[in-house]
Amino acid sequence: MSNEDAALLSTLPGDDVRQIMWRFADRFDYQMVVQSTRAVARGPVARAVAKGARNSHEWTEDKADLLREFDAAGITAAPVDPEYGGFIEGPKNFLMGLIAFELAWVDAGAGTSSMANTLALAPIHERGTPEQKQTYMTRSVPPQPGENRTIWRGAFALTESIPYVGVDTGVLSGRVRVAEWVDGEAPVLHVDKRGRFITNMGSANFVTAAVDSGDPRIKGSCMVILEETDPGTWDRGTPTKKLAHQLSSTRDPVFSLRVPADRIVGGYTVKDGVIVPNYSHADVIEAVFTRTRAAPAIMTSAKLLSAIEPVIRYHRRRFRGAAGITEGTPRFDMGLQQKEDALHRLLDVWAAGEAGTSLGFMALRLLDSYDAIEQAKSAALAQLGVAGGRAEFKALRAREGAASEYLALSAKETLSAVESARLAELEADPVIKFMVTESLSSVLIPATKLWNTGHGVNMMREAVSMMGGYGITEDCPGFLGTKWIDGQLEATYEGPEVVQRRQLSVTMSRTIFLQQFQQWIAHLRVVAQEHPAMGASTLANAMELWLWSREYLSTAKDPFGKDVYSSQRHGATYPLADALSWLVASYHLTIDVLQLAQHGPESPALAEGIDGLVNFYNDLCTIHSATAAGEATRICAELVFGYRAAPDATRDDPTKVVDAFIELAPFVALRTRVEASLAGSKLAKDRAADALAQVMIPEVLDYPV
Amino acid sequence: MSTGFHVVVCGSLVPDLLQTLEPVQGPAGPALKNELMLPSVLDPWAAHALFEAAHVAATVPGSKVWLVSLGPKAKLQQLMMSIAPKVPFELVAIDASASGFTDPVEVAAALAGAIEKIPTLDRSRLLLFGGCASASRDAGVTVALVGERLGITDQFLAADELTVSAEGTLTILERVEGGKYLVSEVSGPPCAIAWATGNLPEPPNNPQVGMLNMRTMMPALQKAAAVQLASPGTTFHSVELPKQERRTRIVKDVPIDEMAREIADWIKG
Repeated sequence: MSNEDAALLSTLPGDDVRQIMWRFADRFDYQMVVQSTRAVARGPVARAVAKGARNSHEWTEDKADLLREFDAAGITAAPVDPEYGGFIEGPKNFLMGLIAFELAWVDAGAGTSSMANTLALAPIHERGTPEQKQTYMTRSVPPQPGENRTIWRGAFALTESIPYVGVDTGVLSGRVRVAEWVDGEAPVLHVDKRGRFITNMGSANFVTAAVDSGDPRIKGSCMVILEETDPGTWDRGTPTKKLAHQLSSTRDPVFSLRVPADRIVGGYTVKDGVIVPNYSHADVIEAVFTRTRAAPAIMTSAKLLSAIEPVIRYHRRRFRGAAGITEGTPRFDMGLQQKEDALHRLLDVWAAGEAGTSLGFMALRLLDSYDAIEQAKSAALAQLGVAGGRAEFKALRAREGAASEYLALSAKETLSAVESARLAELEADPVIKFMVTESLSSVLIPATKLWNTGHGVNMMREAVSMMGGYGITEDCPGFLGTKWIDGQLEATYEGPEVVQRRQLSVTMSRTIFLQQFQQWIAHLRVVAQEHPAMGASTLANAMELWLWSREYLSTAKDPFGKDVYSSQRHGATYPLADALSWLVASYHLTIDVLQLAQHGPESPALAEGIDGLVNFYNDLCTIHSATAAGEATRICAELVFGYRAAPDATRDDPTKVVDAFIELAPFVALRTRVEASLAGSKLAKDRAADALAQVMIPEVLDYPV
Repeated sequence: MSTGFHVVVCGSLVPDLLQTLEPVQGPAGPALKNELMLPSVLDPWAAHALFEAAHVAATVPGSKVWLVSLGPKAKLQQLMMSIAPKVPFELVAIDASASGFTDPVEVAAALAGAIEKIPTLDRSRLLLFGGCASASRDAGVTVALVGERLGITDQFLAADELTVSAEGTLTILERVEGGKYLVSEVSGPPCAIAWATGNLPEPPNNPQVGMLNMRTMMPALQKAAAVQLASPGTTFHSVELPKQERRTRIVKDVPIDEMAREIADWIKG
C-alpha cells in the first residue's frame, strides 16, 4: 500500500483509545476517577505550577490546598476499600496507576503527594492487624457527611539517614527498645528514628517507620506506626532541598517517641519474654514494594505522552509572526514539521511513552490479580501445614517442576487425553497459579520501574530539546523542563535502577519465566504472520537472540576461568536485564495495539478514525520494535563477545574472525536474522511521520485552566 | 413544598471548546472534521441548568433531578464519566446526533417525547430546565419548544436565579436589556426555565455521588432509543468559522480616550 492510500491518524488518541488499550473500557468507576483526577491535575495543580508553587522547598498553603483538592475529587479515598470509607471495590493497583498517570501528565510532584499517602498506608494494608487497618484507613479518608473530624495524612519512613538518601533497605539505624513493661500489661516501646527524604512529612499525622531492635527483649526488625501526638519528639525536620517533585513535601524528620507495642505493624507475640514481631520490616517492605513500584514508573511514561501535543504545536507555529512568513506558506503552516528530524525524534518519544504505559499497566493489571492468587496459595499451603518463611520457600521450590510442566502443557497446540487431564489438574492448583503469576510479576515490575524511568528520562530530555531554549524555561508549555528533572526522581524513588537490575538479574533466569518468554516469542511469530506491518518479527528475532545470549552467558567463563553470569558480575547481568526490559516493553506495546485493532472498530466513537489509528500504532510498534531490537542486539553482542579474549589471528587477518569464534556462529546467525528483519522499519517511520505532520491537535493546551 | 419538584434538565454535549473545530461537508450535510473523535464536554449553559437543578433539589425535600441528554450514545457515555460525580441525577439518554447542524424543532420533539415517557415523572411538579443557548448552535429556542410540546406556558428565558418560598412560590430573575433583571413570580410548577449562567459555581466532585449515579446511567445508556434528526426542509448552504482579523500597530503616548475612540470607529466601520 502506498503512503497516499493509507488512512492517517485523524486526532491525538483520546480516552476511548486508552480505555481499549489498557483494558478498562468496562470499568466506568475507573473512568470516572480518571476524569475527576484530570480535572484536578489540569486545573488546580497546573495553576499551582504556573504560579510558581514549585519554587519553594517549604510546605506552603498552595501545596496544602492541592491535598484538599485531592480529597474533594475522590483521589484520597480511591485507594481505600469501601469498608473503611473508600468507594471502589477490589484491588486498586491499576487504578492507582491511572491516577498517577493523570497527575503526572501535569506535575509528578502532585502525583507523589497523592501516592505517598497510599505508601504510608500500604504496610498497614498489606500486613496490618484488623484493628490497625480499621484505625488508620478510616482516618485517612475525607470525612463522610455528618462526620466532624480532620483527615489524617501519612508518611512512609524507610530511608535514613543524614546526609545520604536512600540507603540499603537492609541496613537500618532506627532503633526500637522496650521503654516500660509492667507484668501483665502490654509493653511500651521507645522508637528512635531519623528519616531522610521522607515524602509527605510536612503534613503527616502518622508515620509508618522501619526500625531495628536495639533491645534483647525485641527480636529482629519491624515497622511501627508513630503518631504526631505520641509523647516525645516529633520533629518534622528541615525540608529536603530536592530539585524535583517540589509540589510534594519532603523533609528529614527526627522521631524519639514512646508508643504502645500494638503499633508494631502486623502485631507481635511474646515468646520467652521476648517481643517477636509477626513481620520483619523486610517482610513488610517486600509486600509493599511489590505493589507500589509500577505506579511511579507510569508517571515518567505519562510525561512523554504529555509532551506530544505541546511539541507538535510548537513545531507547527515556530515561524509564525516572523517577518516574511505569510499565511499559506509551508513554513507558516507546518513550521519545523517540514523537517524530517523533528518528526522522527518526536516519534521516538511517543513510542517510548506508549511502550512504557503498556508495560506498566500490564504490570498493574497483573498485580490486581495477585492478592487473590497469593491468598489462595497461602491457604493451600496452610492446609499442608506449611506457613510462611523458609518452609514456604522450600515448598514452592519443590513445585517448580510442576509449574514448568504446566507451562509446557499449556503451550502445546494439541494435547492427549492424559495431558489434558494433567493440565486441568495443574491449572486448578493455586500454588502453581501463584508461582506462574509471581514469576511474571517479579520480572514485569522491576522492568517497568527500570525501563520506564531510566529510558523515560533520556527521552524526556529529547522532548525538552525539541522545544529549543523554550524547553528549559518555566513557562514552557506542558512544563517539559520540570518533567525532565522530575523523571530522575521517579528513577530513584522506591528503589533506584540498580535495585531493579539486581532483582531482574535473578528473576529473569527462572525457568518458569523463560518458558513464558518463549511463549511470547511463539505468539509474536503468529502475530507476524497475521499482521506483518507491526514489527513483530523483528521483536521475536531479538527475543530469540536475547534468549540464546542468556543461555550462553549462564555457562560461559572468561579467559581467567571465572563465571560470566554470577551475582557479583554486574557488568554481565545488569546490561542483560536492560536488554530484556527493552524487549518486554516493546512486546506489551504490540499486545496493546492488537487489542486496539481488535476492539477499536466496536467503538462508535472511534469508527471514523480507527483505520488511521491502527495504521499509526502499527507503525509505532514497528519503530519501537526496531529500536528495542537494536538496543538488545548491541548489548548482547557486547556481552557475548566482550568476555572473550581476542584471538591473535583476527588482528592480522579479519577473514579468520569467523573461524576464531566458530562456537558463536548461532549468535551471528540470530543477529543477522534480527538485522534483516529491520527491513521496512524506516519506511514505517516515514509513514508515521506523515501522520504526525497532519494530525489535528487542539487549538491550545488544556492546562493550566 | 411538601412533595418537592420533579426537575428535568435538557442538556447534552458539545465538542471541547479548546479543540480545533473545522467545518466540513459530510455525506449527510455539514459536520465538524473528526467530530466523533474529539473530546466532548457538557454544554456550558446546560451545565449551569444542571447545577441549578441540583441546588433546587437539595433545598426542597422530595425533589428529584433527571438529565435528558440527546447525543451519540458512545460520546454520552464518556461525558457521563466527568459529570456523574458532580450532582445526583437520573439520566435519560437519546441516541442521536448532537451536531450543531440539527433543527431545534426536531430536537425539541425528541426531548419532549423522552420526557413524556419518564414513568415516575409527575408533570404537575415539573420544572423544565435547560440552557438559554448552546455552545454548538445558538438557536436559543429549544427549551421554549420543549415547553410548548409539554403544555408548559409559564416560560422564563435567560434566567440567572430561582428562589423557592416556603409556600412553593417561584421567583425568577430573567436577564433583560441594560444589565437589568425582570423579576417574575409564579405560583408553582409546571414551568420552563432556560438558564443563562445562573450564579452557582461548578460543584466539586463527590465520588460517592458518582458511584450512585453510575448505577442508573449505564442501563439508561444501554436502552437509549435511537432517533434520526432528518431536518426536512432545512438546507445548510455553507458553513465557516468566524473570520479572525488581527491588525497590530505600535504607538506611543496616545491618550486612552483617543485609543478607545479609534477602536470604536474601527468597529463601526
